[in-house]
Order: sequence, then structure tokens, then C-alpha cells
Amino acid sequence: MEHVFDSKAAPGRRAVLSPMVPEIFRVEKYRKETLDTYTLELKPASGTGEHRFGAGQFNMLYKFGVGEAAISISGDPTSPNPLIHTIRAVGTATKAMAKLKVGDTIGVRGPFGSCWPVEAAKGNDVLIIAGGIGLAPLRPVIYQVLAERRKYGKVFLLYGTRTPEDMLYRAELEKWRARFDMEVHVTVDRASSEWHGNVGVVTTLLKKLVLDPDNTVAMICGPEIMMRFVAMDLIKKEMTLDRIYVSMERNMKCGIGLCGHCQYGPTFICKDGPVYTYDQVIELLARREI
Amino acid sequence: METLEPILAEHPFFKGMPPELLKLLVGCASNVKFEAGDFISREGQEASEFFIIRQGKVALELFSPTHGAITVETLEDGDVTGWSWLLPPYRSHFDARAVDLTRAIRFDGKCMRAKLEEDHNLGYEMLKRFVRIIAERLSATRIQLLDIYGTRV
Amino acid sequence: MLEPVVEIEQQVTFKQEQLQTLFTVLQKRGYQLVGPTIRDGAITYDELNSTADLPVGWTDEQEAGYYRLARRKDAAYFGYVVGPHSWKKFLYPPVLSLWKANLQKGEVIVAPQAAQAPKYALIGVRSCELHAIAIQDKIFLQGEYTDPVYKARRENAFIVAVNCVTTGGTCFCVSMKTGPKATSGFDLALTEVIDGKRHYFVAESGSKQGAEVLAELTKQQVTAEEQQAAKDLMEKAAKKMGRQLDTTGIYELLYRNVECARWEDIAGRCLTCTNCTMVCPTCFCMTVLDTTDLTGQNAERKRHWDSCFTLDFSYIHGGSIRNSPKSRYRQWMTHKLAAWQDQFGTSGCVGCGRCITWCPVGIDITEEARAIRAGDKSDKATKAI
Repeated sequence: MEHVFDSKAAPGRRAVLSPMVPEIFRVEKYRKETLDTYTLELKPASGTGEHRFGAGQFNMLYKFGVGEAAISISGDPTSPNPLIHTIRAVGTATKAMAKLKVGDTIGVRGPFGSCWPVEAAKGNDVLIIAGGIGLAPLRPVIYQVLAERRKYGKVFLLYGTRTPEDMLYRAELEKWRARFDMEVHVTVDRASSEWHGNVGVVTTLLKKLVLDPDNTVAMICGPEIMMRFVAMDLIKKEMTLDRIYVSMERNMKCGIGLCGHCQYGPTFICKDGPVYTYDQVIELLARREI
Repeated sequence: METLEPILAEHPFFKGMPPELLKLLVGCASNVKFEAGDFISREGQEASEFFIIRQGKVALELFSPTHGAITVETLEDGDVTGWSWLLPPYRSHFDARAVDLTRAIRFDGKCMRAKLEEDHNLGYEMLKRFVRIIAERLSATRIQLLDIYGTRV
Repeated sequence: MLEPVVEIEQQVTFKQEQLQTLFTVLQKRGYQLVGPTIRDGAITYDELNSTADLPVGWTDEQEAGYYRLARRKDAAYFGYVVGPHSWKKFLYPPVLSLWKANLQKGEVIVAPQAAQAPKYALIGVRSCELHAIAIQDKIFLQGEYTDPVYKARRENAFIVAVNCVTTGGTCFCVSMKTGPKATSGFDLALTEVIDGKRHYFVAESGSKQGAEVLAELTKQQVTAEEQQAAKDLMEKAAKKMGRQLDTTGIYELLYRNVECARWEDIAGRCLTCTNCTMVCPTCFCMTVLDTTDLTGQNAERKRHWDSCFTLDFSYIHGGSIRNSPKSRYRQWMTHKLAAWQDQFGTSGCVGCGRCITWCPVGIDITEEARAIRAGDKSDKATKAI
């Protein structure tokens, strides 16, 4: 399948002697983001080595004695140290990681998977649409685009969460919103009247957006239902499927395409994804329990 | 005297509306302004009007005795408040409150109903516009109901 | 340097007694012999010491959900088809420690487990199994990441193939073009011939090592009659396949029938017991298991074979993706016969019939494929005539 943009180029992919063995990192900073999410800043315990990655890639993080979880990288690809992960405490491993303290160690395998088409999108308008924790894998895109802002057309960020309290990176959102070269819209599904911003699902933000469909690359990350509705609205706005990118999630055990768990139709999400063009997944998304 | 016709014609809600039909509505319309915090309509009260927002922000709210005001949706430039004015018993289902200074065009409900009843071409044009909005809000509400950012879906 | 006495691909014959010599030669070369032996009422693959461990004079009767050992009238060493085991248990161990870690003054020290590489001589590998090994080679050796454990074991292995002259009730290698004759991927290939009072093997080598090993046996030039006898046996076997699978357009057929009614029908029978995936010689899915000891100081990660038939397999926070048995059988069969081609450029099925035999309710992949084809409403053009 030919695509306008190839999301495969993965600069972080390194030759690992044994990709199943975690490298030990140390927690440099721990920040609570929301009630159930937190951000870890990590450095190699050995003190050396850098962890280059491409926007959209993920690592397998290991909590000693508990287990592993696939977590997207949410730091700056142009400045990959420290390694930054924003994690939602939903499973055994991620809940255990929530209890880590500065100085504690954590195992890291990766980076794995495909990247957002940040390089390929140069010269185009960039439309970033995130839902909930979905902003974490898209933050590297924002960093990378802003690092070379002149090389892109308009830049939009649309972000929806359940409530104002669930919003990630509040300070940075404020900063991005204050820029003249970036349009930021946020919305929440529900709020008390103290919230001054928008209330409504993330698709409501799209309604008024004026897009140049032939010159825009859309990158969407959030719950699968949210991505499907957003993509449908983008199609209504005459965007072609090969200009719409989504990041998929499935069970992952190895991260290197050998364990079989993350199969999605003919592909493995850990190596063919997690970032896909919409034409790669539109048929699969229409089917249940694939 | 300058009428509101050019302002209506520019509003996204009336996009594509034949001018001769739009002309029929001007008599029902008036220019209004709400300060931040003003209530535009109140739940259970008579819905004698609807508004198309030119500029500003309006919150649709429900008040819970234990949780205070809960915003279910916000409306902005280009949006329309609602359709309670069209259907008996013509009573609002939500509180609508201006969040920011809001400029809008008010349409008188009784006047509108009479016009739409009289000219079904106009009635159909208007219903098409409201049905689109109802469909959009229904779809958004369904996603909202799913609580997609929770852990259950 | 002396040329090997036997050249690659040259055919020779040796008497049945020489089989023990072959075993001894391989043992002397440092190989642990593994192959067929009777255990728990089945012909399983296990360590062999001598030809006495082989299932001499035994055969297996197989049907959907049915397997029984039976006595043969002769003393054939390899007069059976395939059992519940496959060679993947040696090349891709069912449980493997990946690494151990311990806490030393609060610091985690990770110790990768050295890839143990036993030197196995696989005795009695069937043609379908050679194809299964070739398929697993593609998965573990030819992708972006390779499996070092598989690689080491594979490179060390000496493969003695045995051509099939007996076929089972659930075999369909002819449909999958994977047998019954071994054509590549072996060091030695044998055809066992019992012709009246004569009991001998027609042998050919497929590698330099194979030729060297063969050179150490007492052997004769093959005669035209002997060659013909071996050929006849294999041709007869090919005609007696217990099952057939029409592979015409099977890739499109399955992708097109993601939502056909047959899946629901299968789900009414499937127990999601995982047997089919465990006995399949190509199924490669695995999971990892993290454990700690009671002190909490020592942790270990093990790799285990896994199956797409479990609920856990597709679990992500919130629930399992493939919640219904229907979706899990569909995943397995569609993967095997269609997605495998996208992923590895080959079918994932070699027609060995194990999944049919060892299914406790006798679900038959060939029958299911036939039913899906019969119910296929779209694109009649790609249907087989």
C-alpha cells in the first residue's frame, strides 16, 4: 500500500543485543499530572547512553517484581534526555509504578513501533487531536513541530478530556495557547460552572475548524471510539484517509513482533504500528473483536 | 432603516438559505446582548424565543442540589441555543447562561411558529437546519454518555 | 583433503540394522538424539538413546478428536504419522527463563540468562514438519528482531527427515504442498521400505554434514528397483490423504468472511481449550511471566508458549479485545491461512492435521474452510470450480 506519508521511519530504532532484557533507569523526577496519571523523568542508571526515539514510539517499562507495560514516550524527540513517560495508573504494573519515588529504578526496553509523520508533514498544516491520555504520545509531535515551526503551515491542537481536572500538561497548554503561531482548543465532557472553557466532546471542536484538506496532516490519539468519530468528521471535511493518522492500542508482551499478542488484522501493532494511516485500519475498525 | 437581514445571511446557521425565505424571518428577529453571568433562559420556564450566537460563549447547565451547576455543553459563535420554542409545551429543558459577553440575534418563538406554519417551504428549510443541530448534539451526547476516557470502554 | 565418500543428494540404501549405527555416529558427534517414542499412549518426541526407544511396530490411528496407537503387522521404525508433539518444543522451548534480577542494596541488577544451545539431532522429521520449521525460521530468524535462543538451537540441529509412506486420517500435506516427500531443509532424508523380508532405508543427504554422517554407514548404491519402491510408497501415501483443503483464494476468502455465520457455528463447539495452538508446529505466540520469590529480592522473567484462544491473550485495561470464542477461533484460523501470508509471506498451515486430531470436540479446519467457502456470498469468481 502506497502512502503519502510513511510513518515507518523510526530514528530511535537501535540495534539491541537482546531486546527482551530491560535496561535500568533511575527516576529523576516524579510529577503527578491528574488524579490517575503521573509523569516520570528517567535517566540511565549507568549514567551513560542516550535514548533516542521518534514521536509516537513506545517503551516497555518494567517495575521490579511486578511486570511490564507498554507506555508511549511523551518527551521531546529533539532532546531525548531525560526519557519522559506520562503514565495512567490502570493496571497492576502502572499502579505499582505510580508508587515510584525519585531515585528508584525502573526497567526500560525500547523504543519500539512506528512514528507520527512529523518529518513528512513539513510544508503542511498540522492538525493534532488528542483525547484524555492520548495527548501523551502526541506531545513529542508538538515539541518537534515547534522546534522547526517555520517548516510547517498552520498548527492546530484540539484536546478533549473527561473533566478539567483530567487535563494533562495544563501549564504547557497555556503556553501553547498563548503562542500566535499555534491554535489550541480544549474541551471537556463535563464540568462545573467554575470551568470557563468549552464543554462538549472533542468532535465539537472540529465543527468550526476551517481546514485545507489537501494540505493538512491529522494525527489523532485517544480512546478508539473517539478516534473513529474524529476521523469520520475529518472525512466529512474532505480529508483523504492517507492524511489521517491514528495510534492504536492492543495487548503487548514483547514489543518486537514475536509474541503475537498485538496482532491487528494482518499487522502487529508493536512493529507495524502503533501509528497507522487511517486507510490501513478503516476496514478493521469497522469489524468487531479483531 | 437598516434591517438585520445582512447579519442573518452571514450567520452559519442560515448558510444556503434562499434570500426570499430569509426575508420572511427578519420581522421575528432582534439584536440582543448578554453580560457574562446573565441567564438567557431558565429550565422549566417558558421558551418564548431562541438565539443564534454571533459572538461570545453560552453554557447549557443543569443545577444539582448537591453538586451545583453542571455544564453539559457550551455554545459559541455560530451556534444556536435550542428548539424548545418549537414544540409544546414550549418550555426550556436547561439553564442557558452567558459565560462571556455574548451578542446574539433573538427570534421570537410565537412569531416564528406562525411564519413556519404559514409557509411550509420556510418551515422545511428551518427544520432541516434544526435537525442537523439536533443530530450533531445527539451524536455528541452519546459519546459523552459512553464516558470514553473512563476505564469501562 | 578427501572428498566425502557420499555426495550431497546422492541416494544410497542401508539395511535397517544400520539405523543404530546412524544413531551412534550422531551421538559420537555430540548430538543429543530426540525423536519418536511411546509415552502416555501416544507417539511423542523425546530423548532417544537407541533405536530400541523408537515405536517399532506401532502406528497411530487418527480422526477428528481421535487418536489411538495400534500394532502394525511389521516392525517399521517410522510406521506412524505425527503425534501431539512437534519439533518446536526443542527449537522454541515451551518455558524459557529470559533473565533474572535481584535487588542489591536497593539497586536492581539484571542478569540475562545465557542462551543454552543443546545440540539436537532431530530423528524422524516429516516433510510437513520441515516446512513448519522453515516457517518458524522466517518468524524467528528473518524478521527485524531475531530470537537468539531459537537461532542457536536451530544452527546446532542435525535433521534426519523421514519420508511419509503412511498417512493419517487427518493429514492434508498434499493440499498444502508440504509433503509427503521431504525436498529440502534436512541433513539426511530416509525412506523406510519393508518389502517382503527386506527392510531397508533409501537415504539421501541434503547437506555436507549429512553426507559426512552417511559416509560412516555401511551402505550400497541404490538400485532402480529400490528407488521405484520408495517412490511408489510415497505416491501411494499421497493418494491416501485423510483430508483435503482447497487453498484456492483462501487468503481473500477468509478476509472477505470476517463476519460470516460459520464463526458462530464453530463457537458453539469450540471449548477455547488452546489444544490446537499447542500442538500446531507453526504457532509461535508467547507471553511473559514475571515472578518474585518470597523475600521480594529476586525476580525472574520467563517466556511461555501462549495461545490466542485465551481471554487473557488480548486483554488491555478495561477488558479483552477478543471476548467471544467466535472471535478467537476466527483470529486463529484467519491468522493461520491469511494474515500469515501478509506477515511472513507463507501460509501458517502445513497440513499436518494435529489441530484436527487433538481438538477434543473434533473441529476440523478443512471442514470449516469448506463451510466458509460454501457460504461465501461475495465474489463467486474466486471460488474453486
